Formats: sequence, C-alpha cells, structure tokens
Amino acid sequence: MSALLSLRNLRVAFGAREVVHGLSLDIAPGEKLALVGESGSGKTVSALALLGLARGARVSGQALWGGRDLLTLSQPALEAVRGSEIAMIFQEPMTALNPLFTVGEQIAEVLQWKTGLSRSAAWARAVELLADTGITEPARRAAAYPHQISGGQRQRAMIAMALACAPKLLLADEPTTALDVALRGQILDLLDSLQARHGMAVLLITHDLNIVRRFADRVAVMEEGHLVEQGAVAEVLANPQHSYTRRLVSSIPVRKVTVLQPDAPVLLEAQALRVSYPVPLPGWRGWWSKGTFVAVKGADLSLRQGETLAVMGESGSGKSTLALAALGLLPHGGTLRVMGQAWSGSPAPDLPLRRAVQVVFQDPFSSLSPRMSVGEIVGEGLRLHAPELSPAQRSARVAQALQEVGLREAEFPGLLARYPHEFSGGQRQRLAIARALVIEPRLLVLDEPTSALDVSIQKQVLDLLQDLQARRGLSYLLITHDVAVVRAMAHTVLVMKDGAVIEAGSVDDVLTRPREAYTRELVQGAG
Amino acid sequence: MSAPSVPVAVSLSPTWRAWRRFRAHKRGFISLVLFVALFALSLAAELVSNDKPLLVRYEGQWFVPIVHNPPETAFGGDFASPTDFLDPFIRQQLARPGNWAVYPPNPYHHSTLNYFAKQPNPAAPSVDNWLGTDDRGRDLLARLLYGFRLSVLFALALTISGTLLGVVTGAVQGYFAGKTDLFMQRFIEIWSAMPELYLLIIFSALFERSVGLLLVLLSLFGWMGLSDYVRAEFLRNRQLECVRAARALGLSDARIIWRHVLPNSLTPVVTFLPFRMSAAIVALTSLDFLGLGVPLGTPSLGELLEQGKSNIDAWWISLSTFIALVGTLLLLTFMAEALRDALDPRQINREPGA
Repeated sequence: MSALLSLRNLRVAFGAREVVHGLSLDIAPGEKLALVGESGSGKTVSALALLGLARGARVSGQALWGGRDLLTLSQPALEAVRGSEIAMIFQEPMTALNPLFTVGEQIAEVLQWKTGLSRSAAWARAVELLADTGITEPARRAAAYPHQISGGQRQRAMIAMALACAPKLLLADEPTTALDVALRGQILDLLDSLQARHGMAVLLITHDLNIVRRFADRVAVMEEGHLVEQGAVAEVLANPQHSYTRRLVSSIPVRKVTVLQPDAPVLLEAQALRVSYPVPLPGWRGWWSKGTFVAVKGADLSLRQGETLAVMGESGSGKSTLALAALGLLPHGGTLRVMGQAWSGSPAPDLPLRRAVQVVFQDPFSSLSPRMSVGEIVGEGLRLHAPELSPAQRSARVAQALQEVGLREAEFPGLLARYPHEFSGGQRQRLAIARALVIEPRLLVLDEPTSALDVSIQKQVLDLLQDLQARRGLSYLLITHDVAVVRAMAHTVLVMKDGAVIEAGSVDDVLTRPREAYTRELVQGAG
Repeated sequence: MSAPSVPVAVSLSPTWRAWRRFRAHKRGFISLVLFVALFALSLAAELVSNDKPLLVRYEGQWFVPIVHNPPETAFGGDFASPTDFLDPFIRQQLARPGNWAVYPPNPYHHSTLNYFAKQPNPAAPSVDNWLGTDDRGRDLLARLLYGFRLSVLFALALTISGTLLGVVTGAVQGYFAGKTDLFMQRFIEIWSAMPELYLLIIFSALFERSVGLLLVLLSLFGWMGLSDYVRAEFLRNRQLECVRAARALGLSDARIIWRHVLPNSLTPVVTFLPFRMSAAIVALTSLDFLGLGVPLGTPSLGELLEQGKSNIDAWWISLSTFIALVGTLLLLTFMAEALRDALDPRQINREPGA
C-alpha cells in the first residue's frame, strides 16, 4: 500500500540548534500511528513543521503528501491542505478554542471557509458533528462558549472541528494529557470509533505507553530528535530493540512496598475533616456576603508509621486541599492530629509538627526558588529546626541528604553552590525530596510527586521514594491521579470525588474490586 | 565569585547570569559605562569646573583655595574679601616668577559671575566660555555640569524612595492579600486621585522652595504605579510551590517574603528603574521650567531651558541644554532596554544549557 504521508529526512532547527535530525516516517491511509517520546524529543515540533506551523524554525527534507511536498508548498496552498486534508487537535482544548466565540461558531466558520456552506447550513452541520462526538445536547453546546462547557466536552468540540472537513490525516498532539483520568479513556474510545468510521489516518503524539498500547497499530519512538525504533505496537512493546525503547517500556512502575508492622503507631489521623473556602456569591449578592465552597467534605483517614496512604481523584476532587490541610497550611474543621497533636495555627507551638511533616510538590520548577543555591534551599530547614548546628555541620548534613537522594558531589562539582536551573526535572525533584528529608520528618506529603516528570524519570523517583520508605520507615500521604503510581506505592487508598471520600480500603480491594462506578472508571481510564 | 581557574562548570547565580546578558547587550552596556562616567565626572564637578584654583604656590606659601579660599590680601590685593581668581590683577600676581596655580579645566563655578568678561551677556561660545554664558553671565558648561549632577542625584533619591515605598506596600498587599489588600487598594485609589501638580503649587507658595521639599512631595505620589506591579507579582508568587514548601518548613512570614517571594518578584522593579530615573529627571526639569522646582540660583536643566526660551536668539543655551537632556534620557532608555532583555524570562530559557 502506498503511503499517505512520507517524511524523508525531515530536519527542524531553531537558530543553530537542530531539534529533529532527519526523521523518515511513512503513514499509510487509515493507519493509527503513535509517535512516542519524552518532552524535548521533537515529536510535537515535527508535526507542527508538517503544517508550516513551527514558527521561527528552519525546516528541511521532504514531506510527500499525494505527490506534493508539503514543505515547499506556497502559503495559500498549505492553507488549503490544513484543516481539509490534514487536521490537528491539541493538548489543551481551553487555549486551542477562541474564548470569544461559541463552539458552534468556531466549527461553522471552518465549514463556511473550507466547504463554502451557507451560514445556516454550516451551523446545522456543526451541530451534527458535535452530536457525532457524543456530546449530549449538541444544539445547546454549540451555542455555548468554551468556558461554559467541561474539559472533556471541549476536547470533543476540538475533535468535531478537526473532523469538519473529513481530513485524511488527523494529527493528535497529546489529546488526553490535559484531561482528567476518567475522561481519557472516553476520548481515546471516541477517536478510535471516529477513525474506524471515517477511515482516516491518525498520528497520535504521546508520551504515555498505555495510550499507545490501547490505541495505535504501529508505534514510532523518538529520542532527542532521532527516530530510534518503529514497528507494530505489540511487537515493539513486547520486544523492544533499542535501549531507549527498552527504558521506556520498563519505566512502568513496579510495586515494591515494605510490609507494615502490625503495631506501628498512628502518625496522622483525621475524623470528619472539612475544609471550606469563602467564595463570592453570584451577582449582586456577592457584594455583601460570601458563600462557602466546601473543598473537603468530612474525610476520615488514618496513617500509620511506615505506611503509604494514596489519595486518588481527578482535579477538583479536593485531594490537594486535603494535603494542604494535613500540612497545617489551611484552616480546617473536624479533628486532624499529627502524632496526637493538632495544628495550632501559630508558628511557635507548631514547630515540632512542622519538623515531623514535610512535603514534596508536583512541579519541580516552581517548587525550588530559582534565586537560591542548592545549599541554601536544602539547608534552610536546618537553620530553623536545628539552629545549634555550625555552618560546617549544616553543610555536612545537607550533603548527606543530597547523597541520600542520589545527588553526589562527584557528579556535580560544587553541588551546594549550584542553582536549580542547572538541574533537570528529575534532579530537581530529588532536590525537593532532599529539602524535606534533611530535617528528618516522619511523614512526607507527596503531592503528585511524579506527574510533571518524564516517564523514565518517574520510575527513578518512585524507586527512590520506595527505598527511602524502606530505609527510614517514612509514612507517605500520596496525592495522585495516576493509578500506576498508586499500584506501585500504596498500602491503602482513598478515592475522592467532589470533595467527598467515596471509597477507601486496601490497595488490592480498591484497584482490583472497585465498588463504585467512578473508581472503576478511574482504574480503566488509566489503561 | 571564585576564580574559574579550572574549566569545570562554574555555577552562576541568576543575578550574575542576568548581568552577563546585560553586558552582552552592547548598546546598553556602553550607555551604562558612559552614564556612570558622566555621573562620576559631575560628582567631581568641583575639581572640573570651579572658579578657584586647585593648588596655588605664592611667594613660598602653599594655598588650597578650593578647600579654603584666602582673602585677597594674601595675594597682594587691597581688601580682605575672598579672592576672585578671575580678576586680571590676581592672575598677574600668580603669573609672576616663582608663583603658579593649577586651575580646573573650566575655571567657573556654576554660580560664578565673571565681572571681567569681555562680552555682554548672554555671551556666545568662545575660548573663555566654551559653551557660552547664560543671561546673567554664568558659564553654561558649569551650569550644565552641576545641573546634571543635581538632576541625577535627585532622580536617584526619588527612584530609591519611590521604589522602597512601592515595594513595601506592594509586598504587604500581595503577600497578605484579603482584607489588607482591599483596604490598601482603596487607600491607593484615594491617594492617587489627589492632584499632584496643584499640591506642588500650593506647597511652593506655603514653604520656601527647596530640593528636599520637592523630593518629599514627589516621593509621596511616585510609588503607586510600582506598588501595583509588585502586588501582582506577589499575588502570583505567593502561590508558588517553593513558598508553600517554605511555609511547610515553618518559616516566618517575614523570612518567606524576604528570601522566597521578594527575590522572585523584583524583575518588574529592576526593569523599571531606569525608566523611573528618566521620569524623575523629566519631572524635575519640567517643574524647574515652570518655576515650581528648585530654589532660585540652583543650577538646573529646567531653569536653563526656561532661559533658552526667554533668550531665543541665544541659541547656545537651548541647544546645549537640549543635547544634555536628550543625551541623558537616551542613555537611560538604552540601559532600560538592555536591562529588560537581560531579565526577560524567555531570553533566560533560550540560553544554551539553561
């Protein structure tokens, strides 16, 4: 079968830096090809370069599309190809849709422009397209503005818009990454069924091997601008040839937890924990009084020494709020005790508790102040909690904590004087863990500790956390939306939805025999 | 900074890296060097432009008139009044064998009236007065040099006071947010509604005009714009995870503000510094031009512009003042441009290896 699109030696460079080094790839008509790689591997920029959308890039090579080279087409000719023959959907549907127009108008505009339909016919067709994507009440949604519909619906609207002119190739750039776990499966199923119905080819760009396994026929793996391996999905995943692919495949976290001591003391305990925020009431009533938004509605939990309690849920479920409350950073109702003591809210009496409970956040870039050196960042807690240490002793403790998380002076000369910008995401996350560890806490709150990291780094950080728990008997309160992380780390699980705990139990019970439909959706959405 | 004698990866602090980017910006860096040189020169104005010699040797005696001006009788004059070194008689005395004097390059102070001038005032540029004189016979170069010094010092003081006030109020509003923010915002709205120019006119009628009064008045109204920027930065940065981590460590609010939020919120402040300087210079100049600024007799660019306007045929007054003013503002703008590029986060990300 002749290829629909053939890339021959595609090179993309920004200034003097080449980011894609000669990519050659064929996509057959009706094929589902996944392009896999970590951030910075050049997968998205290759797709953008095809459509002439990689701004400021020098593109060379060939992209043969029906006998024409896309890279040499004139701007008007390229515009004719975009949308009608090759369409694209993006990661973040909120920013990909124009907030000032209704969803229907945006789809109808494409139709009017590309197919010359009349205004009313285009609108009718837009509603049909929305209906095809499984949006409930399509006529009403078409008249809605992007902010008025949910994230999943927005992504469906984006898909409807991309399919408006029945393209032969759909470029889907991380179409599910910005969505909640429970929705990811649905969107993938939708793409799958639409692909089957229209017979178009799909180039799915992703970093997630679960999605590849679930969706694609063929997979191409990119590393640092090079295509390192391609082949049928089952074959590549079962028998990866290239070392990088092997690393990607083996990066799926492995369960390794320490067995709990039956008499382990309870470190963190909450009954009917409730956290609420004041929010303005709608309309003029908001001028005078505030309503309350209850972010956590009466959660019960208990966490013992050496145990990992995972709190699962999608964004907005209140799981991060729960973590902040456990850290004593938010006023809360109900009882919450850390080692039998409640947060007082004033600094001095809370100091011993602060030492016992530390936190690692999600974003390794914003969690380290860029203007402080490593020594200052990690040593800051010691200054406060162990003021008796001399500067030399403090440096020694900092170096020891850094060594414990795998950052050694030997690999990074002058480690303590370095600044965060010199470290990669995974190394920064290690720094954040070292900052928490250096004051020897007993409980670590891990707020999505791996979700901002690339897959192969995720595994390393999880391994580190597992080791630390085994060595130090730490307790973890693990906040995550990632079922694989829960499976790898947790002893017990709480599932939260809309602020309420809907299911709790041991990790086996909840993940293999979920009682609630919502939990099932979460577990299945992860693939 | 440790000397990088071995070619290992030297760790540079973000501030140091910003400085390197600033230095790489040629026009901005040259502007900075020129500006600093001019400012240093003007700080040493007494040595450069003065009507008293720096050192005098007269009949075996040493005099340092620039520090202590001896009476004329010391040099064979008739009166016990301070010596006027522009007097041809004194010059003649000092030129006698064995006597000598080291004069500054430009032998006029900004307030010097040359009673022995050869031309009527205002005098066009000549060998005696390189840039000519103003309508009272004072040397224009001296007026410009001292006027530049006053403008820059005033602008520095105004910038520092306005920045401090702005950063403190913005920081308090942004960090504590909520009610504190609400009330301070309302106060700022009321405060910025006060008519600044009328207040200046009223105060200049009530009190004797002085640079200090002007500085206080302009400072009181000059901080609001900046505090808004700092507030916005703080509102954003207090949500950063590093700030939450610091709170979880148990650090005090003051320490969190000082160590974690403030250093990450200073980009707009620093970027605006040169613009604030030039705004302050323009403000002082225009007030002086209107006659509401510094006291009479103080050398000032605005007062010179006003003179140029009233003596339109004495073109050297307006032209040289104009060049001095535009040059200063241009240098500041170029510096601001380089500073903005040096602190631009997109530039930082583009840097290789960052």
